[in-house]
Amino acid sequence: MIGGLFIYNHKGEVLISRVYRDDIGSQAADSAVFSSSGPFLGERLGGSVRNAVDAFRVNVIHARQQVRSPVTNIARTSFFHVKRSNIWLAAVTKQNVNAAMVFEFLYKMCDVMAAYFGKISEENIKNNFVLIYELLDEILDFGYPQNSETGALKTFITQQGIKSQHQTKEEQSQITSQVTGQIGWRREGIKYRRNELFLDVLESVNLLMSPQGQVLSAHVSGRVVMKSYLSGMPECKFGMNDKIVIEKQGKGTADETSKSGKQSIAIDDCTFHQCVRLSKFDSERSISFIPPDGEFELMRYRTTKDIILPFRVIPLVREVGRTKLEVKVVIKSNFKPSLLAQKIEVRIPTPLNTSGVQVICMKGKAKYKASENAIVWKIKRMAGMKESQISAEIELLPTNDKKKWARPPISMNFEVPFAPSGLKVRYLKVFEPKLNYSDHDVIKWVRYIGRSGIYETRC
Amino acid sequence: MPAVSKGDGMRGLAVFISDIRNCKSKEAEIKRINKELANIRSKFKGDKALDGYSKKKYVCKLLFIFLLGHDIDFGHMEAVNLLSSNKYTEKQIGYLFISVLVNSNSELIRLINNAIKNDLASRNPTFMCLALHCIANVGSREMGEAFAADIPRILVAGDSMDSVKQSAALCLLRLYKASPDLVPMGEWTARVVHLLNDQHMGVVTAAVSLITCLCKKNPDDFKTCISLAVSRLSRIVSSASTDLQDYTYYFVPAPWLSVKLLRLLQCYPPPEDAAVKGRLVECLETVLNKAQEPPKSKKVQHSNAKNAILFETISLIIHYDSEPNLLVRACNQLGQFLQHRETNLRYLALESMCTLASSEFSHEAVKTHIETVINALKTERDVSVRQRAVDLLYAMCDRSNAPQIVAEMLSYLETADYSIREEIVLKVAILAEKYAVDYTWYVDTILNLIRIAGDYVSEEVWYRVIQIVINRDDVQGYAAKTVFEALQAPACHENLVKVGGYILGEFGNLIAGDPRSSPLIQFNLLHSKFHLCSVPTRALLLSTYIKFVNLFPEVKPTIQDVLRSDSQLRNADVELQQRAVEYLRLSTVASTDILATVLEEMPPFPERESSILAKLKKKKGPSTVTDLEDTKRERSVDVNGGPEPAPASTSAMSTPSPSADLLGLGAAPPAPAGPPPSSGGGGLLVDVFSDSASVVAPLAPGSEDNFARFVCKNNGVLFENQLLQIGLKSEFRQNLGRMFIFYGNKTSTQFLNFTPTLICSDDLQPNLNLQTKPVDPTVEGGAQVQQVVNIECVSDFTEAPVLNIQFRYGGTFQNVSVQLPITLNKFFQPTEMASQDFFQRWKQLSNPQQEVQNIFKAKHPMDTEVTKAKIIGFGSALLEEVDPNPANFVGAGIIHTKTTQIGCLLRLEPNLQAQMYRLTLRTSKEAVSQRLCELLSAQF
Repeated sequence: MIGGLFIYNHKGEVLISRVYRDDIGSQAADSAVFSSSGPFLGERLGGSVRNAVDAFRVNVIHARQQVRSPVTNIARTSFFHVKRSNIWLAAVTKQNVNAAMVFEFLYKMCDVMAAYFGKISEENIKNNFVLIYELLDEILDFGYPQNSETGALKTFITQQGIKSQHQTKEEQSQITSQVTGQIGWRREGIKYRRNELFLDVLESVNLLMSPQGQVLSAHVSGRVVMKSYLSGMPECKFGMNDKIVIEKQGKGTADETSKSGKQSIAIDDCTFHQCVRLSKFDSERSISFIPPDGEFELMRYRTTKDIILPFRVIPLVREVGRTKLEVKVVIKSNFKPSLLAQKIEVRIPTPLNTSGVQVICMKGKAKYKASENAIVWKIKRMAGMKESQISAEIELLPTNDKKKWARPPISMNFEVPFAPSGLKVRYLKVFEPKLNYSDHDVIKWVRYIGRSGIYETRC
Repeated sequence: MPAVSKGDGMRGLAVFISDIRNCKSKEAEIKRINKELANIRSKFKGDKALDGYSKKKYVCKLLFIFLLGHDIDFGHMEAVNLLSSNKYTEKQIGYLFISVLVNSNSELIRLINNAIKNDLASRNPTFMCLALHCIANVGSREMGEAFAADIPRILVAGDSMDSVKQSAALCLLRLYKASPDLVPMGEWTARVVHLLNDQHMGVVTAAVSLITCLCKKNPDDFKTCISLAVSRLSRIVSSASTDLQDYTYYFVPAPWLSVKLLRLLQCYPPPEDAAVKGRLVECLETVLNKAQEPPKSKKVQHSNAKNAILFETISLIIHYDSEPNLLVRACNQLGQFLQHRETNLRYLALESMCTLASSEFSHEAVKTHIETVINALKTERDVSVRQRAVDLLYAMCDRSNAPQIVAEMLSYLETADYSIREEIVLKVAILAEKYAVDYTWYVDTILNLIRIAGDYVSEEVWYRVIQIVINRDDVQGYAAKTVFEALQAPACHENLVKVGGYILGEFGNLIAGDPRSSPLIQFNLLHSKFHLCSVPTRALLLSTYIKFVNLFPEVKPTIQDVLRSDSQLRNADVELQQRAVEYLRLSTVASTDILATVLEEMPPFPERESSILAKLKKKKGPSTVTDLEDTKRERSVDVNGGPEPAPASTSAMSTPSPSADLLGLGAAPPAPAGPPPSSGGGGLLVDVFSDSASVVAPLAPGSEDNFARFVCKNNGVLFENQLLQIGLKSEFRQNLGRMFIFYGNKTSTQFLNFTPTLICSDDLQPNLNLQTKPVDPTVEGGAQVQQVVNIECVSDFTEAPVLNIQFRYGGTFQNVSVQLPITLNKFFQPTEMASQDFFQRWKQLSNPQQEVQNIFKAKHPMDTEVTKAKIIGFGSALLEEVDPNPANFVGAGIIHTKTTQIGCLLRLEPNLQAQMYRLTLRTSKEAVSQRLCELLSAQF
């Protein structure tokens, strides 16, 4: 049970403070503040809460050493924090809560705020503080998370003023019945002229490769995001090339197995949106659900086997004497030639005693960024099965330090129009028995985007 | 120093610093710094030479970045280049960079030293000052070696500027403090003293600091400074507050110099020259007079400066301890401070008075302030001041005021801070004993003490009461009565039960006549406390009971019942059980006569130094209390020269506990943990090893010596540093051996990941078999762990195995390697043989390879007995009357290995005139001869 929630700016000033329980910020947190920032007397009634607030600021935001753990225990009080750009969100509790739940809530909270007013920034938070308090009242009740579905929230928490006469009693009761009903994420009576849905498969691929090209670790974490504009209360069924499902079906028709056998993928683990019927997934492994209106994340998953690595980086580093270093990096794209990768960026770290860099590259633009101690090479577009290379001469200043350069890995960023895990959407069926449209009338769009996560090659 | 003109400011630096200050986050700051570093690197790398200004600017930026906490690994060369600049600001920045960032980089140090040398040789005073400051700031040994000889020359040179002299004096002081051996004493020392006459006050101040430090080592060299210092002091003291212009601080003339001069004078006894002494006394009087004058300013600095001089003057007066008049005046002066508003002043006044109280001249004067001090004890808010008040009360106590002071201290004890209670208890106990006229008063006081602060009464205190009661017949009855009354309190401290048990056991009969304290009542009273006490007290009470059996035969059945009860006879504690069984038996078997003899009254204790005093001394550290105690003791001998335990001997003999003598309570003192300390402590090391985990540390320095010592003996300490002690115990039989290695943790924290490993080199591996079990990876603080190594000698070998120990202590990784003294000679079996046999075998082994001879100089005194012991310790038999020359030593033995047995014959011929030995070894194997010869040669 979350005791309170605070939002800080980068200076540690409190922007939002919502306390749900009185137990936080009692004497225990006092002592932490006393010890680190000298005497502080909570004279006002809320003084004790102030102490919890200050404890987090002193021990985490302004800590001398950067705090890397997302959970900090100060004087028997737990602080769970996430950071979005310069904003810190901290959930505080004195109880032994499920940490995963708290973080899930914090992420959800970020999503909700982003859905209401866009980027989470100090200015936006200050401009929308009334809204945020309103949201916090709705999505957390005595520290227990409640309905945090953006679509549902938007029906009754709006940014505009509401004139009571416009909202009829009927509408209000409808909202109540929806929010408290079984399907809290969708209201009844939605009507669209065109029934449309969009599916985005978004993946980020992570890699660590040895200089010789051996894969040391690789995994893909993906999300399926759906945007639905469907009338009524449609029942949807989502199908993909999950190995288990394919093999199950394959038992019936051996023919199909051979056709799609290679295509199936092994999913290591996955999580679903609350609208998905988990019982059905457990028994039949089919994903069926009544979607919320608008955009939502249908599922998240992770795979580690048979990953298509979109790019291969071949580094070549040669030290010429003590004052010179020659670097040559070749990148090879490893996908269908018809596809185009975008926003490619290769980051080649330079030694700490670099005094000058000359770069030659055939494609794109490369630049030595002294402030980041790296050469950054950017290519706008690159087709599959191509290769490109960069060579750089790095001049070094002789130092009296005998330490050897640690050679950090070369990292890379890109975006490709396919799913590196090999995931394919097989179907998404829509049934709406009450209204007069069928699966064929729904216009469906599918898009695959593969992005780089931490994509590194040692050199 | 020349001021930095406005146009000289570095704009680039200012911009950079303001950029850094404006950074919103740490990441932004790091980015900005990386960019700047890259820029500076490219600038330093650039082929075109930088002008002095930009070099200075960049070096400044580097310095700033370094001070922000980032590593700087370049730019040293540029900084050194700046040193040769002719501009003050550039040179200054160069020196600044070097003072902050220099490390012992050999080539750079040479360049830096060269630049400093040039500057020292230049005629420009500011440059000389910069160079001197740099030397002082770095103060490394290398710098000391390079310049220690030059600086005294600059200091005493006639043509040096004042500021240079000042810097030189302070620089020399720094070098002297860093490495005293480097600063040569020479003819300059005499001339340094004359700097006290310098016109320039700054030079004098610096010189006084230097001389004070130097004269502590060689007081005689600087004796002449006394008269100079006195005259200088008198000139300052008598000067009007406006005379000294720049050196007048809030109307006080040259306070720092005065204080330093007074300190310097404290290094010497009072001047012998009457004129000088007169002048000095006059000075001191003037200071005391001035303290009486109304303050010239209300500012706190004025009074601080004045008081600093005053307190230093009083210290000097106390140090001389020869001017009664001055001492009394000082005491009166301090008395005024006792009630001052300033806590610091009260503290200092009490502290100084403590020393004054020990002087015979001012003791009486101090005593007049007793009321104020007692008042301070009661009302003072600051605990450290209260502590001083207690000290002072203790110091001013004598026979006349002892009852009053002891009573006050006792009443204060009830509310005293826990931190100082034990000390007060000790002091009360000492005072009560020392100044007791009436021993009933003493007994009352101590019993009161136990009642008020029983937990803080240490063993020594109650041992002492018992000693005194036993030694003095006149108080025994009173003591028994008082103790009996005290024991009647419903809750009394265990210490009181101990004292009560002991005293009633000895002298209970003295009060048994009174029906209110009949034997049975006495016994019941004691026994009612029995079950609440700890085991040692119960043991003591059991002894009391058996004494009662002797004293009062009428309670014998009751006591026997008690002893017979299961809770005694079958007590889980072996000591109690044993006593119960033995006493019960004694009481039933022995006749009254025997009982009376066995359980006779204790004989008087021999006179010895009060154990309490020893304890107080230990608590306070030897320096502070001893002087005071010694002087007090001298005084107390004539004040209180009675027959009682006058602490006449100053020997620090520790008093064994009386109860241990009598009752055997404590049995033997606990055996010292760890193997016996090594005899040759000098060569042992104090070293902390590098942090590398995987690498085996190089052999600990000094372990070679240790190794050699173990050739002829089997047990002892192999290695010791601040953390760890390694002891060995080993035994060998034929080709087998067993070695116990003891690892003692000398610290109070535990060692983690403690892993000793035995490492045999490849050559050694096939010849020596070592087997051991791993030890527990955690060694508690103060604990000792043992490891057994089983040794088998397969074939002859030359090297020794290495014992590598790795562990984590605190946060750091420790790695220690020592050679394990398993040598070939350990597998020797001595063989006795007659002269004929010996020579017969000697001839058999006449092959040139079989003989090894070594002629070497004796490293140790040539003592026949020691040599014999060494040869026997080496393992061979010592054969007497074999060699025709009785001075020679002849030995024989067989080395057992698993594969073969090797017979060895040896002969050692000492040459006393030349202090040489000739050692000849003949064995059946060449390598063995060689190795044994090496091992044995190293022993003489």
